[in-house]
Amino acid sequence: MAAPLSVEVEFGGGAELLFDGVKKHQVTLPGQEEPWVIRDLLVWIKKNLLKERPELFIQGDSVRPGILVLINDADWELLGELDYQLQDQDSILFISTLHGG
Amino acid sequence: MPAPQCFSCHAARAALRRPRSGQALCGPCFCTAFEAEVLHTVLAGRLLPPGAVVAVGASGGKDSTVLAHVLRELAPQLGVSLRLVAVDEGIGGYRDAALAAVRRQAARWDLPLTVVAYADLFGGWTMDAVARSTAGTGRSRACCTFCGVLRRRALEEGARLVGATHIVTGHNADDMAETVLMNFLRGDAGRLARGGGLGSRGEGGALPRCRPLQLASQKEVVLYAHFRRLDYFSEECVYAPEAFRGHARDLLKLLEAARPSAALDLVHSAERLALAPAARPPPPGACSRCGALASRSLCQACALLDGLQRGQPRLAIGKGRGGRDKEGPPGPLPPPPSDPESAPGPAAGECGAACKERCE
Repeated sequence: MAAPLSVEVEFGGGAELLFDGVKKHQVTLPGQEEPWVIRDLLVWIKKNLLKERPELFIQGDSVRPGILVLINDADWELLGELDYQLQDQDSILFISTLHGG
Repeated sequence: MPAPQCFSCHAARAALRRPRSGQALCGPCFCTAFEAEVLHTVLAGRLLPPGAVVAVGASGGKDSTVLAHVLRELAPQLGVSLRLVAVDEGIGGYRDAALAAVRRQAARWDLPLTVVAYADLFGGWTMDAVARSTAGTGRSRACCTFCGVLRRRALEEGARLVGATHIVTGHNADDMAETVLMNFLRGDAGRLARGGGLGSRGEGGALPRCRPLQLASQKEVVLYAHFRRLDYFSEECVYAPEAFRGHARDLLKLLEAARPSAALDLVHSAERLALAPAARPPPPGACSRCGALASRSLCQACALLDGLQRGQPRLAIGKGRGGRDKEGPPGPLPPPPSDPESAPGPAAGECGAACKERCE
């Protein structure tokens, strides 16, 4: 049984527009049987934070291609992507690259 | 599992893995490598010689922000001076906010900023006016086509105003790859032939242009901006969702998931294409109105503006426009297979201007 987790979820690069324009969210994830992984967090975000147009953020069980995910300032590619096990006080940042520059 | 150690400094934890080499680097080492690569691109291509006055197409977006920041760091080494040039297309609720970001940047970096507006350059035609004029023509992408051509012209004017010798824009590898895909998808051999290379020399009196970030992947541009804590404007142009580039972008994203170097490989392929003799475009002449390089009697900008002035905007970009020579259907939307482009340099949608919105 995993204890509840407190994490910071942040959105940037325009992704925040899908979340009422709010960039930083302090999130408490409830205790559950299995440890929380990013895959679970995405489901949670879709259910609890996403205000509109889920297809612009989520694709299948992952993020839409073009959305970067940084966990404690490191690319999630280095940390196992969807299978990364969340720790208390982790900071997860989603940056959209999908706009003109 | 914890991230590996940085390959460069061996001291910090790595923050990312570079797509081409697979090397894991920490934030600061990555930024250093990124800047070194831009420097190399400029030096190896002799893009910006010492003494150059460089007009930076600045939209407030991620790419031009990174471009301006990096060039400002490298300017002393290169011996060049920078001027920011921003284009105001007159898109309400979008461009004003983006320009505010550019103004903040100009102040923070202490760089001169010049804003050129479509309304001033093109007889009152803002993009919002063009969009109203082209609305209901059944071609919702029409206004993006106008914008690409006109923005390129506007940037040229702005650069001349500030006495620039060169123009730089923030196109990254993904933009270049999308353009290659677009040209293939639309059978545009002419643009495929002209689209490659590090920049245009500047034919027909146009200023030389180049794209120092064109070997940088979009992901790395965004990560660089993140690690350097750069403030940029990140909303999509209100007209963008309809533009054709979106399809190429979606395809590229899918490809990159399987092969991270897809963007660079696409550009590599396009640069090595040889066209069949029948596909090669004829040598261009000069626009009868403004003297710019043109394949027909009027260059693209003059042809489009002409159509708008006559109250017949669709004709400027459709078929059978009066006053044109017999070379064939005009214009950029959609370009027929062997249509020679009337302006030199960058390919479809990649208009050489500051903003790489999802335009044609």
